Amino acid sequence: MKPVTAIVVKDIVIELRNKETISSMLLFGLLVIVIFNFAFASSGAGAVAPGVLCVAYSFAGILGLNRSLSMEADNECLQGLLLAPITRGDLYLAKVAGNFIFAMIAELIILPVFVVFNNLHFDLKILEVAGITILGTLGFVSIGTTLSMISSHTRMKEVMLPILQIPTTVPVVISAVEATSMVLNNETQALSFTLSLLGVFSTVYLTASYFVFEYLVEE
Amino acid sequence: MRDQNTEQFFALESEDIRKTFGHFAALSGVTLGVKRGEFVAFFGRNGAGKTTFLKVAATLMRPTHGGLRIEGIDIRKDPEEARRRIGFLSHNTFVYRDLSALENLKFFCRLYGVDDSETRLMDLLDRVGLRRRAHDAVRSFSRGLHQRVGIARVLLHNPSLILLDEPYTGLDAHAVEMLNAVLDEAIEAGKTVILTTHDLEQGLRAATRAVIIDHGRLVFSGEARDPAVRDAYDRHVRFGAAG
Repeated sequence: MKPVTAIVVKDIVIELRNKETISSMLLFGLLVIVIFNFAFASSGAGAVAPGVLCVAYSFAGILGLNRSLSMEADNECLQGLLLAPITRGDLYLAKVAGNFIFAMIAELIILPVFVVFNNLHFDLKILEVAGITILGTLGFVSIGTTLSMISSHTRMKEVMLPILQIPTTVPVVISAVEATSMVLNNETQALSFTLSLLGVFSTVYLTASYFVFEYLVEE
Repeated sequence: MRDQNTEQFFALESEDIRKTFGHFAALSGVTLGVKRGEFVAFFGRNGAGKTTFLKVAATLMRPTHGGLRIEGIDIRKDPEEARRRIGFLSHNTFVYRDLSALENLKFFCRLYGVDDSETRLMDLLDRVGLRRRAHDAVRSFSRGLHQRVGIARVLLHNPSLILLDEPYTGLDAHAVEMLNAVLDEAIEAGKTVILTTHDLEQGLRAATRAVIIDHGRLVFSGEARDPAVRDAYDRHVRFGAAG
């Protein structure tokens, strides 16, 4: 696991130095929360709140994935990683871990702002929403890391990623929206099914990507 | 997984390597054996297939057909072990601009699982003339200094096979001199070097063998001192038909 840790630490060090990924994710995510809150203020923001939260996470997540991709594309650094004596699967896990950490940091800052804007209380429910966030983010970055590699081979890298990412992660996003809605509205009868669905998609994305990653990164 | 006979004699052995991109054949059946300790200069025009061949050898590119062994190791069966023995440098250095030269080398040491002690890395940076800039971000480096970090990256895991793809591109005279000194040391240490270049004189400077590739095929292979190299170079590279 040493090379995997080395790649994650490298990503964190670079982020601490230029602060480009998390700051752009935060700015975009918070903007979505604020704008949607004002847009739905008159009609009652409560009903759409889970959707707004997941839209904020998704758009911020795509920005983070794009930044992660451009970091490796600069000076063809990805080739340097591919030359190392580590399996492509381990390289994938390292990039997923880095992307997951950055997304979680941004989301854990966005979540309290969402709570304040929607007049919610910082109670057990918010902890449950945080749990859903973790599971949803894992699914999102698992497939997102793979798709960012696919889009890196295309001409319109930054544009191609959201085109591929948004439709592919629909099952994850819908499951996360439903689960968040159930928790916030105290309708938890079907929560375990929705969470299972979220877990299954995340596991499938992670496992499938681990095995196909080597075919995506080699020219 | 390993062939004992080829492991002893050949640093690189390729059999009928083909690589196509759609309808374009970048490599059309390259069969080549490079003995341990050889310095092979690879010549060819732009698009002749030099870089594609090196990328296949470095496991960066999957061949469409054919097999390749690095010191007897089949790159399809054990690519990680093959990569451990390879140092690859192109005109891109693959180092992170936001990290310092020393941080970059420490990172790559951890990837390769080799000693990342500061003393060793500072010695390596000293060898490429970067000791005083060790803690500066690579972003602040000129093209020549950038390439020096790349050279240090290639050497840090002590590879037995060094693959160089147009390494002289954009280097000033001082940096060229330094790179030549590093290559001379590598040859003395018994390492195998394969270098691609357009520049005949630069390529033949220390080479023991010259190979010319044209339209994805090997069209010449001979002793570097053989006068026939220059004729073949003129025919296939200098005055050869493009495309």
